[in-house]
Amino acid sequence: MPVSVANSQVVYDAMKGVGVTLVSALPETWLVHLIRMADEDPEMTLVRLAKEEEGVGVSAGAHFAGVRSAMLLQNHGFLQAINGIVGVSLLYKIPLLMLITDRGSFGEKDPWQTEGGKYTRPVLDALHIAHDDLSRPGDVQPKIAHAMTLAQSSLSPVALLLQRDLMWEEPK
Amino acid sequence: MKRLDCLKAIYPELDDCAVVTIMGAVAAELYSLGHRANFFYLEHAMGLASSIGLGIALSQPNRKVVVIDGDGSVLMNLGGLTTLARSRPNNLVHIVFDNETLLSVGGGAPGGYKWFTTATSTGTDLAGIAKAAGFPRAQMVRELDDFEEAALDAIRGDALSCIVAKVEAEMPKSFLMDVHMLENRFEFPRALQSKGGVN
Repeated sequence: MPVSVANSQVVYDAMKGVGVTLVSALPETWLVHLIRMADEDPEMTLVRLAKEEEGVGVSAGAHFAGVRSAMLLQNHGFLQAINGIVGVSLLYKIPLLMLITDRGSFGEKDPWQTEGGKYTRPVLDALHIAHDDLSRPGDVQPKIAHAMTLAQSSLSPVALLLQRDLMWEEPK
Repeated sequence: MKRLDCLKAIYPELDDCAVVTIMGAVAAELYSLGHRANFFYLEHAMGLASSIGLGIALSQPNRKVVVIDGDGSVLMNLGGLTTLARSRPNNLVHIVFDNETLLSVGGGAPGGYKWFTTATSTGTDLAGIAKAAGFPRAQMVRELDDFEEAALDAIRGDALSCIVAKVEAEMPKSFLMDVHMLENRFEFPRALQSKGGVN
């Protein structure tokens, strides 16, 4: 599977580097290595969700209990979680770090992935959720660190959009 | 069986617990018994009280977490029961007050008239669903004595438990809560993170 193991590791290490010890997730192709890394790491609690909105609640609970967490999800997972993001994170001012694999942009071959990506940024903007793209491995650590800092200081959700250039390696 | 009587029965046991309730009648009635900093009232996001409870339970495994939910909320996040069951935190008790109606969001009316019922009114068995989802312990109770015994046993016990209490669809005497949502949001984690020796 041409998902980048090396760059998934860079993302995972950056996430751990900002103190994340609990991750909630649903799988999607680009997330397979990240989720496996969380599963294999005895220092990480992995919560396998049935639907993404639950993860917003799980992260809020972790925050209340003094634990830093992150959510691994895809565009449609983000769209699915909107009510939780509004009714928990935004309403109650709770930090939430979302790592969203950003499908559906240039290079997308799966027809079914071409719709959800179009709305992710406009919806993030409509909710005034700060977001940035992760495209180059060298940017990953500082951007995740800055995102977590802002989430904690502003008590808000933040999103990092994991791009094709970072997550996918075309088979040679 | 009345929700308020059930809450009175467990109230003394909630001292060191993290308590997460849903909005509306449940929050107002627990509040009426005496607010504590370790009570968090989720005033929106129906269905996510148990997910918040799960996040706390996994993060503070030595603290008992009591989620006080309702049938309408649980039905909005049935998948969450499977997430709870597979995560199986042994420090979480999920109490569900089942009044067979969406009382607090306008589905009930003074006098107990039910015009917007939930599917539990036509036979959906939430304790059965929890059991089938994989809860080690799940039961439905209809009498106060049975509730008290089951709930206290679960709170004092050491297993992920779901107790579905069939209660009357009755409005609380008052919805007044003199603690602002944000005040509650900040005092709650302070209580969870500062109580000596519990975590």
